[in-house]
Amino acid sequence: MPLLELRDLHIHFGATPAVDGVSLSLEEGRTLCLVGESGCGKSITALSIGRLLLMPPAHYPRGEILVDGRDVLRLRSRQLQSLRGGTVGYVFQEPGASLNPVLRVGTQIREALELHRPDSATEAEVLRLLRLVGIPAPESRIRDYPHQLSGGMAQRVMIAMGLASQPRLLVADEPTTALDVTVQAQIIELLQRLQGELGMAILLITHNLGLVTDIGDRVAVMYAGRIVEEGPATEILTRPRHPYTRALLRSVPELGRSSDRLAAIPGTVPSLGQWPAGCRFAPRCPEARPECGQRMPELKEISPGRTVRCPFSQDSEP
Amino acid sequence: MPEPLLEAKHVRVHFDVRQGLLSRGQGQVRAVDDVSLQVASGETLGLVGESGCGKTTLGRALIRLIPTTGGVIRFGGEDITRMEGAVLRERRRHFQMIFQDPFTSLNPRCTVSDILGEPLDIHGLTPSPEARTERIRELLRGVGLDPQHAHRYPHEFSGGQRQRIGIARALAVEPRLIVCDEPVSALDVSVQAQVINLLQDLQQQRHLAYLFISHDLAVVEHLCHRIVVMYLGQVMESGPAADLCREPLHPYTKALVSAIPVVDPASKRPRIMLGGDVPSPIDPPSGCPFHPRCPVAETRCRTEKPVLRTVDGGGSVACHRV
Repeated sequence: MPLLELRDLHIHFGATPAVDGVSLSLEEGRTLCLVGESGCGKSITALSIGRLLLMPPAHYPRGEILVDGRDVLRLRSRQLQSLRGGTVGYVFQEPGASLNPVLRVGTQIREALELHRPDSATEAEVLRLLRLVGIPAPESRIRDYPHQLSGGMAQRVMIAMGLASQPRLLVADEPTTALDVTVQAQIIELLQRLQGELGMAILLITHNLGLVTDIGDRVAVMYAGRIVEEGPATEILTRPRHPYTRALLRSVPELGRSSDRLAAIPGTVPSLGQWPAGCRFAPRCPEARPECGQRMPELKEISPGRTVRCPFSQDSEP
Repeated sequence: MPEPLLEAKHVRVHFDVRQGLLSRGQGQVRAVDDVSLQVASGETLGLVGESGCGKTTLGRALIRLIPTTGGVIRFGGEDITRMEGAVLRERRRHFQMIFQDPFTSLNPRCTVSDILGEPLDIHGLTPSPEARTERIRELLRGVGLDPQHAHRYPHEFSGGQRQRIGIARALAVEPRLIVCDEPVSALDVSVQAQVINLLQDLQQQRHLAYLFISHDLAVVEHLCHRIVVMYLGQVMESGPAADLCREPLHPYTKALVSAIPVVDPASKRPRIMLGGDVPSPIDPPSGCPFHPRCPVAETRCRTEKPVLRTVDGGGSVACHRV
């Protein structure tokens, strides 16, 4: 049984659909990267796993979210509490905005411990967690307020909080986007090391395909509320089958691959609720045919563990 | 090298800061500390570094948006360092700026036509209302927007389209140099390439010079002819873009290049992991500013500040170990 399984998940905000039939699964101890641009529904999918979206306006007209076999959408509030920050730990994009500015770092981590592991809510355990995420001199750091920390340190504190409950699944929503490149590399390395030591599964939400190479076992690419392609990371990156994945890979400049002109994708990402009919990428797709605008293509399995939502997909280099 | 369009010599920008709420002790941030650079006509110079390295401050200081503490700035051979008033305003026609965030750099209460018309009016560039309207339509076409949309407000456009409006505004006065401060960082990945291509096309059509400020070395390598790498207000290394990215000399540049995520899973590039964060510019390290994070630092680096010296191939580097 997979640790996390989404089955035909639909999320609407009022009448506007934001996630439109997403199915995913993540095995214990593995990493899945959910890749896409703003508005594709990747962060909303991540938040729904802990049922963190405000209801209303959010609601779930269809689908199931199974964590360890239990449907999150049917949990009572007490069960939800043990799930959030318990079985499922979260790390968010902006560490500066996610930490409480008026509480000391140590107090915040201890709070997470008191909720989920009250027996271990000691200063020694807080120090152990801070050491685990590579914070130097944690004895003096636990008395710091968040504003006294740099971006990289604050993100490490966030990760320490996320780990306080010894989660089996860590959901990291763009954990490195607000950080400098050299610090970004540190955080990704930290997540990899922690996964090796603690054996938890990671769901990494990102728009940066470069990070996928470093950390992802599997990748799911989202566009306009739907998954367009899913499979093993190396295969998706070297032999993308959906035109959107291909275009995305080609449009990013890469160091040492000098070219005169970037292959830009025309047009813009459609906004929520203004999704075009048929295949949603068709209006921007360089390989679109007239029939693409007629009917939404199915997500089809093209080889074991590899699915693509494009009937005309062919194998090609990125 | 021909006569540079923009030349900066030993430019310094220092800010006074009060440390603590009541303490009288004053600190000083050396945001830009003795930086010299040149941009030729039609050239793109990349300014790279992590947050807090002073790249934005330098970009703004060079076009006189914030005052300098020391040094000389020349534009087209003329000293503009202390220029004021109407004379400076007239010169501003030749150097414009594109900002990072297309959502906050356009006035939400002005239509596109107002936004593009204002610089035209300030510099008296269009003799009649008809000529003004026609010029605005031409500017919109030039950046790939529909001239019919001139009466719309910024919120009616997507991020990429708004950045095009920002570019059209900079182009309105036909400048010779544009300072681009992270112009694609706020955009979606699929839209970034459109804006990068547009900047390249415009440069070829109009022989524009760009000072391109970015933290993204891959974008900078693609777009720029030469690159200057900054750390804590100082230049660590500079040189031709391709050489600097292929064979970086300075340990900081090496780490920066190796930290960039690579999509190709086959490339097992060794990664140089830097410890720690960028130190506070209020209290910069002694000697070489990079020494506390440098993997090859020696005793001398802690006390003695390395001088920027020229190396083979037209670059320069500030490091004792190179």
